[in-house]
Amino acid sequence: MTDFIGQNSSRTQEIQLQDSIASSERPKPPGALASTLTFATRALLRIKHVPEQMFDVTVFPIIFLLMFTYLFGGAIAGSTAEYLQFLLPGILVMTVSQITMYTGIDLNNDIRKGIFDRFRTLPIWLPSALVGALLVDVVRYSMASAIMIGLGFVLGFRPEGGVTGIFGAIMLILVFSFSFSWIWTAVGLVVRSEKSLMMISFMVLFPLTFVSNVFVDPRTLPSWLQSFVEVNPISILATAVRGAMHGTSTIEQVVWVLVVSVIMTAIFAPLTIYLYRNKK
Amino acid sequence: MKNVRDVREQQNTVGWAIEAKGLVKIYGKHRAVDGVDLAIRKGTVYGFLGPNGAGKTTTIRMLATLTKPDGGSARIFGHDLSKEGDAIRSRISMTGQYASIDEDLTGMENLVMMARLMGYKRKAAKVRAAELLMAFGLEEAAKRQVKNYSGGMRRRIDIAASIVVTPDLLFLDEPTTGLDPRSRNQVWDIIRALVNSGTTVLLTTQYLDEADQLADRIAVINHGKIIAEGTSSELKASVGSGTLNVQLVDAADHKMAVDLLEKKLSAPVHVSGDATLLSAQVDNSGLVAEALSDLSKEGIVISDFSFGRPSLDEVFLTLTGHTAGEESKPEEGTA
Ligand SMILES: Nc1ncnc2c1ncn2[C@@H]1O[C@H](COP(=O)(O)OP(=O)(O)OP(=O)(O)O)[C@@H](O)[C@H]1O
Ligand SMILES: [Mg+2]
Repeated sequence: MTDFIGQNSSRTQEIQLQDSIASSERPKPPGALASTLTFATRALLRIKHVPEQMFDVTVFPIIFLLMFTYLFGGAIAGSTAEYLQFLLPGILVMTVSQITMYTGIDLNNDIRKGIFDRFRTLPIWLPSALVGALLVDVVRYSMASAIMIGLGFVLGFRPEGGVTGIFGAIMLILVFSFSFSWIWTAVGLVVRSEKSLMMISFMVLFPLTFVSNVFVDPRTLPSWLQSFVEVNPISILATAVRGAMHGTSTIEQVVWVLVVSVIMTAIFAPLTIYLYRNKK
Repeated sequence: MKNVRDVREQQNTVGWAIEAKGLVKIYGKHRAVDGVDLAIRKGTVYGFLGPNGAGKTTTIRMLATLTKPDGGSARIFGHDLSKEGDAIRSRISMTGQYASIDEDLTGMENLVMMARLMGYKRKAAKVRAAELLMAFGLEEAAKRQVKNYSGGMRRRIDIAASIVVTPDLLFLDEPTTGLDPRSRNQVWDIIRALVNSGTTVLLTTQYLDEADQLADRIAVINHGKIIAEGTSSELKASVGSGTLNVQLVDAADHKMAVDLLEKKLSAPVHVSGDATLLSAQVDNSGLVAEALSDLSKEGIVISDFSFGRPSLDEVFLTLTGHTAGEESKPEEGTA
């Protein structure tokens, strides 16, 4: 039944097929770095082919910033320019924290589509699939940060910390977000669908970002709420980022961010890897 | 290159690729796989035949180290499934039931990625990917995103991704479901080429002719249990020696023909919607000629007849009580 292309070319095709199969020799399995970079490349290629996914890190931050500056600026701080000095670091923290959940969503999609199974039958250092993707997410977080700060400048944001302060602030955000992402990869491995993951992340992120010091000074809040705001990791990060940007940062603020990040990574990275290895 | 192949062939002449004993997988209360024993020789094609929900995928996933069995044990090339996952993973490859390719990436990008993950250097990975695309007839689609591929192309790129390094054992879960005959033939050619170079193939299928065409041995699985095992001829032989089909010219002869055949063959005659089409199971093939001459003596004219060994379809029907297309587990998803 050589009904394709005709006798002759089907014969060459057969030979090609046989050769391509026989000629493969098994190279040494890739090292951890090589496989991590391969997964990072995959994530970059996905951005190239599906640029829409960058909406979350470009358009949303812009909308958020404009909305909150003009909506609340007058009411809360009396003037938008003044409020922006307070708001921008916080809203930057909020936006980037919210983007972290997309890492979990991507992983969840991989599982449902079966690519995950393919990776799991490879003789590779398994965490590289996650680390590679997370590294590219760091690029996305940086982009979101750059866009927001850039727009902030246009709107009148004048941080006193200067360039060093801004870089320091962004570094803190990246470290924190990388650690925070592990929570969503763990959740992404457990939940059935993208929808449930969205639900869960919304339920966690919404209160966490709003009941924080991002929008208002906690001293205006009732005391029971105030104590939650103080231990809220988002507040801890927002405080440190504000400090860095305005040149008032303290060692303590920075250390707290690092402590929170280490704790999140220490719990959720191993948990994610465990779930990844033992899925189903 | 030649050496690699010779060595592989040598290894394959002896021993087992898979030995499994009493594999069990339980989802909730449902025993998806319920005590499966397997012995698959190196270098052969083994067919896993069963209806939807029979437990084919679950069995394969356990053997490919993707799911932990709840009971039983298995050795893949002598490596213990529960202890030597890494050693097993370095020799196997799996093409899942649903395309497991990054659909947003192009065919080329997917294969380069797989080649890199198998340990090829950057440049070698590109060469290998191009070679495979060519061999699989996908060079024109190399730069297109996989989501724009047809079903047959998708299946081929999926298999190509599994054999970037030719595995010693390849699991293929329903490799041709949903493909047209031409694409199916292409996939069959790929499987045959793999076997030629020494790869052991375990494939699942719902198509009886596929198992018949490709597999050296076949296991029929239903409700998580293997209900028959053997070569295709052995399975067919277990159902009786064959089926006689007779096509009458005149439907008016129907009644008399049925009576005559039933008497001679001492077996019930099946009548389909068409009254001129009769068929009967025959245990003793010597009686076929006599039955046909009885018909002609009575002046019943037949336009066509055939006597064939039973198809696997019939085997399946006899073994399970329903045809392969029907659902095996009515309360699916009770877990
Ligand atoms: N992850 C799971 N959770 C719960 N039940 C499952 C799971 N995977 C499979 N099952 C159940 O186990 C049984 C066997 O499923 P399996 O996928 O192995 O069948 P199959 O023979 O591959 O069927 P198909 O031809 O439809 O692919 C089914 O009843 C199915 O519902
Ligand atoms: Mg299946």
